[in-house]
Amino acid sequence: MTPILEVKNLTMRFGGLLAVDNVSFSVNEGEIRGLIGPNGAGKSTTFKMIAGFLSPTSGEVLFRNNNITNQRSSRIASAGVVRTFQETTLFQELTVFENVLIGTHKQAHTNIIAAVLGLDRQKQNEAIEATTEVLEFMGLAERKNQLAAELPLGLQRALAVAISLAAKPNLLLMDEPFAGMNPEETRHMMELTERVRESGVSIVLVEHNMKAVMGLCDRLVVLNFGTVLDDGTPDQVRNNPNVIQAYLGGG
Amino acid sequence: MRIRTVFFLSLLYAALIVLPHFLKYHQQDFLIFLTINILVVVSYRLVTLTGEWSLIHAVMMGVGAYTSALISKNFDISFWITLPLAGVMAGLVALLLSYPLFRMTQFYFLIGSFAAGEAIRLTWIQFIKPFGGTGGTSAIPSPELMNIDFLEPIPYFYLVLIVVSICVYLLYRIENSRIGLTLHAVHWKGVLAESVGVNTWNYRTLAFVIGSLFVGIAGALKVHYIGTVAPKQFDIGFMVFILIWVIVGGYRTFYGAIIGAVVLSILDEILRGVEQLRPAIYGATLIFFILYLPGGLESLPQKIRQKFRANRESAT
Ligand SMILES: Nc1ncnc2c1ncn2[C@@H]1O[C@H](COP(=O)(O)OP(=O)(O)OP(=O)(O)O)[C@@H](O)[C@H]1O
Ligand SMILES: [Mg+2]
Repeated sequence: MTPILEVKNLTMRFGGLLAVDNVSFSVNEGEIRGLIGPNGAGKSTTFKMIAGFLSPTSGEVLFRNNNITNQRSSRIASAGVVRTFQETTLFQELTVFENVLIGTHKQAHTNIIAAVLGLDRQKQNEAIEATTEVLEFMGLAERKNQLAAELPLGLQRALAVAISLAAKPNLLLMDEPFAGMNPEETRHMMELTERVRESGVSIVLVEHNMKAVMGLCDRLVVLNFGTVLDDGTPDQVRNNPNVIQAYLGGG
Repeated sequence: MRIRTVFFLSLLYAALIVLPHFLKYHQQDFLIFLTINILVVVSYRLVTLTGEWSLIHAVMMGVGAYTSALISKNFDISFWITLPLAGVMAGLVALLLSYPLFRMTQFYFLIGSFAAGEAIRLTWIQFIKPFGGTGGTSAIPSPELMNIDFLEPIPYFYLVLIVVSICVYLLYRIENSRIGLTLHAVHWKGVLAESVGVNTWNYRTLAFVIGSLFVGIAGALKVHYIGTVAPKQFDIGFMVFILIWVIVGGYRTFYGAIIGAVVLSILDEILRGVEQLRPAIYGATLIFFILYLPGGLESLPQKIRQKFRANRESAT
């Protein structure tokens, strides 16, 4: 089976800084792939390049064997690769429902004539249904009329994931979804992540919470100073002296 | 539509239909320009929904005005055809300009849009043929339909009322559709919108083109009444008026800009006697609103309600 995502020799140079240096790895269909490493290792930068938010200095990204390097981010998202953001990124001034509704853009976008004449009503109703489904899936249904800004942090993170799920991704790139969560919220989010995978979405997870990483991921890529330090199962990686050294040394 | 809305709108239109009969001649003129200006601010609102405050809207109105005026005059083509053409031309010019302009954002977009607008206006001034130079072009034919005399203000007002109502309704539908929601997303979190597949460039362009299309129609409505089209009518001075109307009225709701245009235009009309004071009073009004009522006139009822509640609470 061909991998859903292949990253080949990806490099990002910011002036004198090699943030990502010749990184290659692949993600299988249905897999939860972890991308870990100390602060500043280049994880988020890698995500941004995969999702088209940054143009790599060199290297390429293949999604289901199609070269998506340097494509516009909205186009990559429409193709099925959706990222979440490290910093909580929501439409703070809108309700939970409206936030997720915007996520359904791919299925609900319309042209101006149809919008004015109301010819897209069917489509919009389907988007509303899809939104309701995602809200239920993420356990946000009771909160749907609340403003995003009013949610507790754990639920804001869940909402961010809900928005990206509404876009019906094939591959979800999650950037530190567990950051700042308490153990209760962490457990809940781990369950949800597992359920997302079961629903047929492949996942790349960037995360510092080792409990979550070890519990969820099938395979891990370890980055350090922009280069791949190790690539293997959680058990392999955990026992690699170089990895231990990087984490102890780098903090 | 809810019963209350229907009731309110019927009253409003009944009032608007009888109103001109009670007005003096120059007041009827005023009513016509005010109605056209409502279309100007509402179409500008669509552009600002994506977060970009352009300074080219007045010039886009001029593009529509010149298009309709010159075609109807030089080729003897009916107003009923040149009116939509005015919109199409303004939309096309906006589409062309969107390529360079949308490479800029925020402050640079503001300046870029001003520069592009001035370039267009200078073209009207420099190319005496066909535009007519600084003095513009006169003797623009007025609309023809059965035996109605559209040189008279009342029939022309009804014409303007119908066209503006249709356009404003269409703009209202757009804002309240999926497209309006997406434009909001583009404005407030462009990267998040992109991450779920929204091409923010396309949506900014869409808002700019459609907003320009409708203001082009407004331009045509204006010059076919005056009978003259000239670069001065669409200069930065008029653009500043548009901005003031929108800011003073408030840009959070659809109605804010309309309220701003109506209230300030009436104020302006009242100040007709004290010509020298008008700019100062306008400036002072704007500063007052930015400082004390940044939400605009539309937020006034809510503000008052809050004040009352606060007073009551401190009293108990
Ligand atoms: N736009 C940018 N311009 C310049 N340098 C950048 C830019 N973005 C990231 N960097 C640098 O690149 C390096 C990698 O950053 P990146 O955000 O990818 O790290 P990370 O692995 O996600 O770290 P963390 O775990 O803290 O989120 C860092 O040294 C960072 O300072
Ligand atoms: Mg990061």
